[in-house]
Amino acid sequence: MAGTALEVTGLVKRYGARTAVDGISLAAELGTVTAILGPNGAGKTTLVETCEGFRRQDKGRVRVLGLDPRREGRRLRPLIGVMLQQGGIYPAARPREMLRLVAAYYANPLDPEALLRRLGLLEVAGVPCRRLSGGQRQRLALALAIVGRPAMVFLDEPTTGLDPQARQATWELISELRRDGVTVVLTTHYMEEAERLADQVVIIDRGRVVARGTPAELTDAGERRRLEFRARPGLDLAGLLAALPPGHVAREVSPGRYTVEGEIGPEVVAGVATWCAARGILPGELRVESRSLEDVFLELTGRELRP
Amino acid sequence: MEGRGTFAPAPGAAPALRRVAVQAAMELRLQLRNGEQLLLTLAIPTLILVFFSLAPVLGVRDRVAFLLPGVIGLAVMSTAFTGQAIATGFDRRYGVLKRLGATPLGRSGLILGKTTAMLGVEAIQVVVLALVALGLGWRLHGSVAAALLLVLLGTAAFSGLGLLLAGLLRAEATLAAANLVYLVLLVVGGVVFPVSDLPAAVQGPAGLLPITALTDGLRAALGEGGLPTRDLAELAAWAVLGAGLASVTFRWE
Repeated sequence: MAGTALEVTGLVKRYGARTAVDGISLAAELGTVTAILGPNGAGKTTLVETCEGFRRQDKGRVRVLGLDPRREGRRLRPLIGVMLQQGGIYPAARPREMLRLVAAYYANPLDPEALLRRLGLLEVAGVPCRRLSGGQRQRLALALAIVGRPAMVFLDEPTTGLDPQARQATWELISELRRDGVTVVLTTHYMEEAERLADQVVIIDRGRVVARGTPAELTDAGERRRLEFRARPGLDLAGLLAALPPGHVAREVSPGRYTVEGEIGPEVVAGVATWCAARGILPGELRVESRSLEDVFLELTGRELRP
Repeated sequence: MEGRGTFAPAPGAAPALRRVAVQAAMELRLQLRNGEQLLLTLAIPTLILVFFSLAPVLGVRDRVAFLLPGVIGLAVMSTAFTGQAIATGFDRRYGVLKRLGATPLGRSGLILGKTTAMLGVEAIQVVVLALVALGLGWRLHGSVAAALLLVLLGTAAFSGLGLLLAGLLRAEATLAAANLVYLVLLVVGGVVFPVSDLPAAVQGPAGLLPITALTDGLRAALGEGGLPTRDLAELAAWAVLGAGLASVTFRWE
């Protein structure tokens, strides 16, 4: 994939005295998925809505597909698909007519019927939208974002409030968008979503970028890994540590559950196993854990991800 | 679709005319589907026309000829002001203005579509009311062209004021206020009762209202004919004022 789809440089957006976005820079390559991760109020929606042309930044530069979303909005709008965090649907309209309406704004839209089927909305296609469940409304909003065959889509929390099956279906759809060459920028509360879908994860907190990289880069960064096992309570941890290369910490996190933290190479696993074997202990559920994105997030923001 | 995937980008806008046409058709369907809205735009004007034409409570000679311009004015007000203000308030509340403004339709396309739908509803209203009036023995006099001009200027005036109201208040407050204004103007605006029958203190202010200009103008146009220039000027002034203020107070989200 060649070329930059999104370029944000030094973006600042204030609402009165509150600074929602405080100097964010980021870039997304064409055909990639970027997940913007952050706790509530971190500035995710402000960032995305500035890219969509809804807000005017106080400072900084935004280019979406090479266009300024405010000054070149008329040229940009046909190229992008937008899914707002909520709303955007006439309550009295029916999903089928709503989707056909939006499809008719575009030159080469997707087939609305196929999209309704794909998103599991065919059975409710003739029901007024006000009677749809929250999850059905989310899926309709997603359909409205992609029906015009956009080159790029902005999805603001596309799976919040979805049940597991619908979330799975949405993830598959986003993977297909990426496979077919659509650039995706999404915000999310869900680590798993970012890990599953994103080429690039940008973690923001209090209006600033606190970390960025591929999911693997973020979780591998810092080399800190952890070994976990179960055994009878009250093992001699000092003795265990003496049998390992220096620089590790061992803990009994709850009776019978042990962790060894530090750089966990094969020799550490062997050391633990040998030490246990010499004492006739079988280490149960022995495993080596990488940091999860959730751990990274907690470390960086000091906050739980979900509201 | 082999080779290129289902979702392979092929962006582009449909022609502007088509975008506005589908939007207008959608808005029209939504309005005709809305029960409360139909009560306001069709049922009430028709019932007023029928009831006061048949019941000899009004002290005018030709009751149908007096009432028809009044209920046409009421119909225009109910669609362009009351219905428009309420729909705009709730469309904003539900994020529709924001969302559709971010499609190739754009904000101007959205407004154009809504205006076209409004004129469509008015056309239905005028035809229905005229047919009912014909059934009640009314015969067409005067200048249809002048009447149409008044209806268009009245629409411009009322929709500017409706958008102004929707820009100032929350959706629920807009609903309440728009209905209240509708009721007051129905009584004092020369719709059913001649303004000259109102208490003297009310007559002066009532004469300046856009609804009065519209109903008076329509009575003149459909009576002796000719261009009721004073009423047209009043409506034009209201249109400029309403649109000017609305453009300042209007909010898309």
